[in-house]
Amino acid sequence: MKPIISIQGLGKTYAGGFTALNNVDLEIQRGEIFALLGPNGAGKTTLISIVCGIVNASQGSIRVNGFDIQSDYRKARNEIGLVPQEISTDAFETVWAAVKFSRGLFGKSPNPAYLEKILRQLSLWEKKDNKIITLSGGMKRRLMIAKALSHAPNVLFLDEPTAGVDVELRQDMWEMVRGLKDSGVTIILTTHYIEEAEEMADRVGVINHGELVLVEEKKTLMQKMGEKELSLNLPEPLQRIPDALADLPLSLSGDGSQLVYRFDVKSEDTGIAEFLRRLNAASIDFRDLHTRESSLEEIFVNLVHGARREREEQLSKETQE
Amino acid sequence: MNWYGIAAIYKFEMARTWRTLMQSIASPVLSTSLYFIVFGAAIGSRMGDIDGVSYGAFIIPGLIMLALLSESISNASFGIFFPKFSGTIYEVLSAPVSAFEVVAGYVGAAASKSIILGLLILLTARFFVDYEIVHPFWMIVFLVLTAVTFSLFGFIIGIWADDFQKLQIIPLMIITPLTFLGGAFYSISMLPEIWQKITLFNPVVYLISSFRWAFYGVADVNLGLSVGMILLFLLLCLTTIWWIFRTGYRIKT
Ligand SMILES: Nc1ncnc2c1ncn2[C@@H]1O[C@H](COP(=O)(O)OP(=O)(O)O)[C@@H](O)[C@H]1O
Ligand SMILES: [Mg+2]
Repeated sequence: MKPIISIQGLGKTYAGGFTALNNVDLEIQRGEIFALLGPNGAGKTTLISIVCGIVNASQGSIRVNGFDIQSDYRKARNEIGLVPQEISTDAFETVWAAVKFSRGLFGKSPNPAYLEKILRQLSLWEKKDNKIITLSGGMKRRLMIAKALSHAPNVLFLDEPTAGVDVELRQDMWEMVRGLKDSGVTIILTTHYIEEAEEMADRVGVINHGELVLVEEKKTLMQKMGEKELSLNLPEPLQRIPDALADLPLSLSGDGSQLVYRFDVKSEDTGIAEFLRRLNAASIDFRDLHTRESSLEEIFVNLVHGARREREEQLSKETQE
Repeated sequence: MNWYGIAAIYKFEMARTWRTLMQSIASPVLSTSLYFIVFGAAIGSRMGDIDGVSYGAFIIPGLIMLALLSESISNASFGIFFPKFSGTIYEVLSAPVSAFEVVAGYVGAAASKSIILGLLILLTARFFVDYEIVHPFWMIVFLVLTAVTFSLFGFIIGIWADDFQKLQIIPLMIITPLTFLGGAFYSISMLPEIWQKITLFNPVVYLISSFRWAFYGVADVNLGLSVGMILLFLLLCLTTIWWIFRTGYRIKT
């Protein structure tokens, strides 16, 4: 099946000379939930803004459902609904006027029944005659979603939908996104929470410093990311890792006072129990222990390096042939 | 053509007018009434007729133009500046609307407002002075033409301005002086010879002169020249807006 969004060689250099995106190629499949994962400043919002027509690209081309976003912008934009990162609304408008405005702007004939359905789904129907300024933060965010959905788009962009949102609302949001997916809408969301990508996405793209580092099925990626460390502080420093433990994924800190065990949180058997038993058998004592998940930053570094290594290996293979 | 899109912007902007009725309509009507009281009734009674028209009636076209210019500019500039400022412009930029449709919506609404306002002032004037309109058709044509042209101009200012001060500076520092010196309260022929020449560089002179001609059949400057100047300015604004959307100037990064 043809991808619903196809991005080729996309680059963006801002007026100040800062390159926010560098040669990004990406295809979004029809009906999937795609999470764009990356730290702050990675270029997620820039990427979305270009697809939606808010920012001009410096290089590259984008098609939405086969329509070029430049030459066929009307048809391309008809496909898209956007919920931007920042909440910005007209404070003195009513909820109802706001969704009606959005639908009209996208060239659709009035359809009060459809707008009512959306407002009900987002638990905003009771507030329809209230001024936006009287809504809570969570309600405003839902209103932004209602506006984006008012013209029944096939693709929905959610730019950091749950940033600064409380746990309960986050669950609601995820539920709503799943519901939209079931109704056939393709969803692209950006986030810097791994858990969010994990919870929601079918596929994940990792972006860092304006480069799309990798795009992968979520399952595959989560395995790569699920590494944890168990560190033991030793009362008596070790010179080296004892032979009895040599087959375990261990490393020793420089001064020998800390023994680090790496394991995969996602696997059935983390091997921690076994490790501690063997430690005991080898008569190695420890003062205390703590576990640590690799931080997002570290994961990115690993991924970037990993991807580069793979590319280099690929290159060297090709040159050898 | 995205008619629903144009209508959405237009209605949204008009809704803002009704919401802020006091500010958008009532206050310009009030301040114009004050002009009539001070210049028309109080001072005007001591003034002789100008070109056979009583002073109170003479200043009506100028006063309407005064309000029309400043309201067109401030309506249109605020209309586009505010979404830029608050961030809600993202929606217009991401919608399937062309530059023409965006301008039609915003400028159409701003022009409508100032036309309504102009007509209200005309009605208000009835309470203070007697007047006649010799060429009512042309009166409406000039009214609409001026409202549209200066709403376009305001739209440009709203795009250009990146803070509130810039939004105010052109209307305050350029438009208001030009209007006051454009013959709203006097006939050009009352000026010393040298100022009669200098004043021809003031574009507002042409607006007021042709508008007054529509009322009383007498003009300070040649009518054809006046119409030409208005159209020239209209064309200038249209070209600038076309350029703005082509380059994304100050609206797209
Ligand atoms: N209008 C702009 N002008 C210059 N630089 C910008 C602009 N917008 C964003 N940037 C820069 O581009 C980079 C990517 O920003 P953004 O796409 O917002 O990242 P993210 O959404 O992943 O946090 C950041 O370093 C940011 O400072
Ligand atoms: Mg962002």
